[in-house]
Amino acid sequence: MTAVSAADVGFELPALSTAPISRTTLALFAGASGDHNPMHIDIDVAQSAGLEDVFAHGMLSMAYLGRLLTNWVDPQSIREYRVRFAAITPLHAEATATGRIVAIGEVDGERRATLELAVSLADGTRTLTGDAVVAL
Amino acid sequence: MSLNPSVIGTQLPPITMTMDRGRLRFFAKAIGETNPVFTDLQAAQAAGHRDLPVPPTFLFGIELESPDPFAWLSDLGVDLRRVLHGEQSFTYHCQAVAGDVLTASPRIANVYTKKGGALEFIEKTSVVTRDSGDVVAELTSVIVVRNPEPPQ
Repeated sequence: MTAVSAADVGFELPALSTAPISRTTLALFAGASGDHNPMHIDIDVAQSAGLEDVFAHGMLSMAYLGRLLTNWVDPQSIREYRVRFAAITPLHAEATATGRIVAIGEVDGERRATLELAVSLADGTRTLTGDAVVAL
Repeated sequence: MSLNPSVIGTQLPPITMTMDRGRLRFFAKAIGETNPVFTDLQAAQAAGHRDLPVPPTFLFGIELESPDPFAWLSDLGVDLRRVLHGEQSFTYHCQAVAGDVLTASPRIANVYTKKGGALEFIEKTSVVTRDSGDVVAELTSVIVVRNPEPPQ
């Protein structure tokens, strides 16, 4: 992989794809993240709200994108990380996280890259878009 | 339901959570993390961390450690089944690691409606500090409430 310090505008991070998101994944993520909202783990509650089934936590997708970042830089190099949740991630979806450097600049004497980020499903749905600023 | 703008500025109770190695490894498992820096103390230390580093989004969970983490939404009259997470941002000031005692201090920063009241938005900002007083990160969450029908 391109050395982090030599990365330039247009550089694409190696995409990260997940296995289909199962009920087990959601149960584990509920416990580990502390988000016990039953809409993600209890089909009865989801159906009482008119949905067919539970759906994935948005923060699970944000965590996958976080993995994409920390596969590339040390976590302490991340300065900013933000996302907008654009669509629900249904059960059994396979998510792919991608990122690309769109700008490089110097802030507080530090060389920083701005990355454009996204998570997409196999059917093309873009569930999440965002950006991050990392120190190079 | 219609949110009263007078709630803007409301401070919510601070929540303290100790970053625990076991919990961080559980989180790593849940998100399919394979980078040993997050699970193996030696790998973390070899990478220059005092202990296992806290992954970038884990800080979101500090406030969820309270006994009834969604009570503040219920108190606003929000039906939790109609809530979606709209946006989330983190600004990081230093790296938290296992063993750190972190406190999140949340505040309702804004409420507003769109689409004639069909969608309501609640913006919450939280400052996360280490017990030494250092600011670790600032978080902003935008929560979307989908109302079943327009309010009268």
